[in-house]
Amino acid sequence: MKKTVFFGALAVAGMAAGVAAAGTLDDVKARGKLNCGVSTGLVGFAAPDANGNWEGFDVGVCRAVAAAVLGDPTAIEFVPTTGKTRFTALASGEVDMLARNTTWTFTRDVDLKFEFVGINYYDGQGFMVPKSLGVTSAKELDGATICIQTGTTTELNLADFFRANNMTYEPVPIETNAEAQQQYLAGACDVLTTDASGLAATRASFENPQDHIILPEIISKEPLGPLVRHGDQQWGDLVRWTLNALISAEELGITSANIDELAKGTKNPEINRILGTEGDLGGMLGLDKQWAYRAIKTGGNYGELFEKNIGENTPIGLARGLNAQWKDGGLIYSPPFR
Amino acid sequence: MSEQSYVRDEMLPELPPPATEVGIIGWMRENLFSGWLNTILTLIGIAIVYMAVSAALPWFLNGVWNANSLSECREILQGKSGACWGVIRDRFNQLMFGFYPHEEQWRPVLAFVLLLVAIAPILFNPMPLGMKIGWGGFILVGLWLLRLTGAPTLAYLVFLALALPVFHEKMARKILFFSALFPFVMVWLMWGGSAWYVISALLGFVIGYLAFRLLEPIIGFLFSIIVSVLVAIGWWFFLTAPFAAWMAGIIPLELTPVESRKFGGLMLSVMLGVTGIVGSLPLGIFLALGRQSDLLIVKSISVGFIEFIRGVPLITLLFVASTLLNIFLPPGTEFDIILRVMIMVTLFSAAYMAEVIRGGLAALPRGQYEAADALGLDYWKAQRLVIMPQALKISIPGIVSTFIGLFKDTTLVSIIGLLDMLGLANAIRATTAWNGIIWELYLFIAFVFWIFCFSMSRYSMYLERKLQTGH
Amino acid sequence: MSSMTDAPKEPFRLSMLIYDSRFRAITIQVVALIAFIAGVAWIVNNTIQNLEALGKTPDFGFLLKPAGYDINQRLIEYNSQMTHARAAFVGLLNTLLVAALGCALATIIGIFVGVLRLSKNWLVGRLMTVYVETLRNVPVLLWIVFLMAIISEVPPKPADFRSGKAQMLFDSIAITNRGIYIPEPLFSRSLGDITVLKGVLNDSFYFSISLDLIVLLAVFLGGLIISGLIKRRADRIQEATGERPTTWYLRLGVVILPTLIVLYLLGFHLGFPQLKGFNFKGGIHLRNSFVALWIALSLYTAAFIAEIVRSGIMAISKGQTEAAAALGLRSGKIMSLVILPQALRIIIPPLISQYLNLTKNTSLAIAVGYMDITGTLGGITLNQTGRELECILLLMLIYLTISLSISSVMNWYNERVKLMER
Repeated sequence: MKKTVFFGALAVAGMAAGVAAAGTLDDVKARGKLNCGVSTGLVGFAAPDANGNWEGFDVGVCRAVAAAVLGDPTAIEFVPTTGKTRFTALASGEVDMLARNTTWTFTRDVDLKFEFVGINYYDGQGFMVPKSLGVTSAKELDGATICIQTGTTTELNLADFFRANNMTYEPVPIETNAEAQQQYLAGACDVLTTDASGLAATRASFENPQDHIILPEIISKEPLGPLVRHGDQQWGDLVRWTLNALISAEELGITSANIDELAKGTKNPEINRILGTEGDLGGMLGLDKQWAYRAIKTGGNYGELFEKNIGENTPIGLARGLNAQWKDGGLIYSPPFR
Repeated sequence: MSEQSYVRDEMLPELPPPATEVGIIGWMRENLFSGWLNTILTLIGIAIVYMAVSAALPWFLNGVWNANSLSECREILQGKSGACWGVIRDRFNQLMFGFYPHEEQWRPVLAFVLLLVAIAPILFNPMPLGMKIGWGGFILVGLWLLRLTGAPTLAYLVFLALALPVFHEKMARKILFFSALFPFVMVWLMWGGSAWYVISALLGFVIGYLAFRLLEPIIGFLFSIIVSVLVAIGWWFFLTAPFAAWMAGIIPLELTPVESRKFGGLMLSVMLGVTGIVGSLPLGIFLALGRQSDLLIVKSISVGFIEFIRGVPLITLLFVASTLLNIFLPPGTEFDIILRVMIMVTLFSAAYMAEVIRGGLAALPRGQYEAADALGLDYWKAQRLVIMPQALKISIPGIVSTFIGLFKDTTLVSIIGLLDMLGLANAIRATTAWNGIIWELYLFIAFVFWIFCFSMSRYSMYLERKLQTGH
Repeated sequence: MSSMTDAPKEPFRLSMLIYDSRFRAITIQVVALIAFIAGVAWIVNNTIQNLEALGKTPDFGFLLKPAGYDINQRLIEYNSQMTHARAAFVGLLNTLLVAALGCALATIIGIFVGVLRLSKNWLVGRLMTVYVETLRNVPVLLWIVFLMAIISEVPPKPADFRSGKAQMLFDSIAITNRGIYIPEPLFSRSLGDITVLKGVLNDSFYFSISLDLIVLLAVFLGGLIISGLIKRRADRIQEATGERPTTWYLRLGVVILPTLIVLYLLGFHLGFPQLKGFNFKGGIHLRNSFVALWIALSLYTAAFIAEIVRSGIMAISKGQTEAAAALGLRSGKIMSLVILPQALRIIIPPLISQYLNLTKNTSLAIAVGYMDITGTLGGITLNQTGRELECILLLMLIYLTISLSISSVMNWYNERVKLMER
């Protein structure tokens, strides 16, 4: 027991005691670090490199928030979470925000008491099959063996889809994406199902990607976005508007390259408001005027993040599709900064 | 004499034994083909060995070390079968240290070699000559590891100052105090921060002890125990942090703080194993005594705890650590996941430790208890001076096996998302460079665990033989 | 009696609670009890406070709501519209299945390896040592994922059977990388099932027992009992006359013949797996996850059992063998009448604790996606409902029950063995 008491003393002393602090924002500032929950490893979205630096699309959102709040995109502790541990990690305060391709659903929002601050990726569950199977539609998959990743909404969608179409299937539940991919490649299952983005990312890493096709059916809506705990409006607003700033930046043409130029002042008042040369939006969030400037400067705007991590020039090669700006026919849309 | 036509008057020279009985052929006849059953078994054995070697050897030998991604490996191999060991080279550091900062990695290394120094006087005293040579080798390896990770000069000096006396039996006994201090040294080295927190936490024990010594003549044994425990707890809760901060202001003894969530790879497994065993020793001793006690309530609490922990799989306790422990603790308590896992692992191994120590207590001859009673020692004195020193010594092989089991079980933390070696294997496979790699990482991890566990189990067997004296 | 004087009655003083050894025991116990209750109350209080802050209240009602997910391996009827409790029950049966089969296989391999390790054959002895040392010094979780990787990479795909690249064994067993398909027993004149617990708790716990199986087992056991009676009679005759009638054909007959007749009456035949559509259909499908878990746990535990068996046999002193040989027993008889009965007493208690370990290790099923109780109740159900507290407590309770039942068997055995000792 002495040991635990000792650890207790150490933890309380060492972590500057987050006990009974008012809000997450104050906690983060006091700590000097943002705790961000990410996936344990998903190609393009979050994975550590050889030096232990996390990279990916979800990671980019975390970095933007850290830059906005703390002024330092590297002041982050990435907490790898599994499908099981992610919600408890957030609920218990172990992480300040979760950026781990999590689907926004009613029960998660209402029953599990989380707040989804927005959508950074519109996804949907799809199927990938080897070309040699000769299947062109998901309706032909009666009796197939299907690899699914557990701990997600995927397995529920799948059960519903096959029930609705009066088909049977053999689920092979798998814990991690890497494992699922290996099983699929070995032919231990006919079909791999997960979010379409994940399928594309997985397919891209194959030795012969052209031997596999992604079926046209998308059987679910999977709006993925960062989430925070219910009940801390200030923090929720902050993460929401950091994400919106990234999105607006793309819409308004603010990039990490020209941002310094634009920050000197432009004719567009919205750009000025975002970059803090006009008004004091940052002050309303409890931050300084430069918050959005730093967030965008870190990894670029939404489009840049997309292109760098999962876009068409990366091995993952996702097209913007639904995730294009609303002006370009996509769904990505930020409320105005005013 | 002359009636007989022929009498041999000298012995015949000894003929060499038939060729089928000596040399390689004889040995083979004796050991491999001594009957039809044995012959069949031998042939099957040869077939198995041949199949295993012929299947795996080319793959091993064709291995590619110089590649930075799986596709590079495939290019180099050009369709031949071969291992892609490049992933091990590329991620070796991560597999060993997880996300521990690069420039601080000498600290885990120092903690690890000091760990061996701390247990050496307990385990290898006195050292036979062969072991002395081995110890010399270990010192060289330790120095080399420290150099490799860029340790400061002071680290070398500390290591040498503590490792050299182990050679000498009497000197080794002198550094036993270090073995008791080691857990605190390890905490400081691994977590960093100001040494004063650790020292001041340690002072809690000293203050409690002093309070006990001062008060015992005045208010009696039991009261003084209670008061001194309260004093120590009061110190830990209210004065540790201010005192440490104050002292740090005067003499800063700082190491860069490293949060435990940066622990990973092999280092995480070793840390979990070591904290589990070190933490569970005191708890296990109390539980074992509780289980043997005549006091019904104390006994049932101990038995209940032990049977509960031993009755559920470790993975469910890890689920508790990852999802429930924060709910059980006061609101606002912040333990990161690795600390929580350490707590649960300590509780887990305490139950097993209690059983091992109970075995040691049971193996002790009844006469020892009676002799202690006859000397007029009270319960605690008898335990401290007579029973425990012997019981713990008998239990050492059991403790080592518990450690081996615990060390292997630390791989389970990958299931709750901690990045030990197995967890890292998944994370590495999720990067674009190494997506699709399978066998190399598993084999490497298996090899590392095997080296550790095999050498520890051999040591445990050696110890068992050594302890079996007098029969 | 009344003339004896009582010890002078001391007035009770508070300090006696500590210094009087009669009361001290009570004091310590009361203090321990208070501390224990306080500790539990502290945890419960924290839990209530924390759950309130999260806006959750402990509630097991979710168990009777539809689960919504499918389970591939099910020993009883199940579909995604059934309750979470039902899913947990399916998982529990899967746990028990792999535990029981694992214990059986581990025992067989363990005894085999343990005995061979003592063999005089140098090569075999070394090979077995390598087996034991390799298996038990590497974490079992690694073995499970490793084996899973092997059996999903190495065997042929079902499609290869269609194109003729792979062949079924004896036209009845198909080893594919999706698992092993073996023939299943079928009854064309089946007696049907009895269904138990239908309608209880939203149909969560009903299950069916095949009447065919019950009849078969009854006939088989009846045969065994009759065979035992025949043996007794033979023993009696041998004791009376010194000559033992030859009975082996009779004893074998009463066991096998009635069973065969019942099998025929029930219309027993085998259903062979056949390639249809994507997969093999028919037969029993041993899924990869099941095979990997089963074999890996068995091989790993067998390494420990081998050591137990070896040390058990070695613990019997050589004198016993020599004495038995001096009595004129043949080597088979020495083993079965002298060595084994003594060795078993040493072997069985640690063997049962290995069974306990194996059963607990089945929870690692989650690593390969075998849907055991950890995968259903502690896995998908927990994820989908977000009821961590309820799910994990229930999970622990179930494992605790299983473990305590196994250890009570062990205690019962230990007691029995103790009685035979004089």
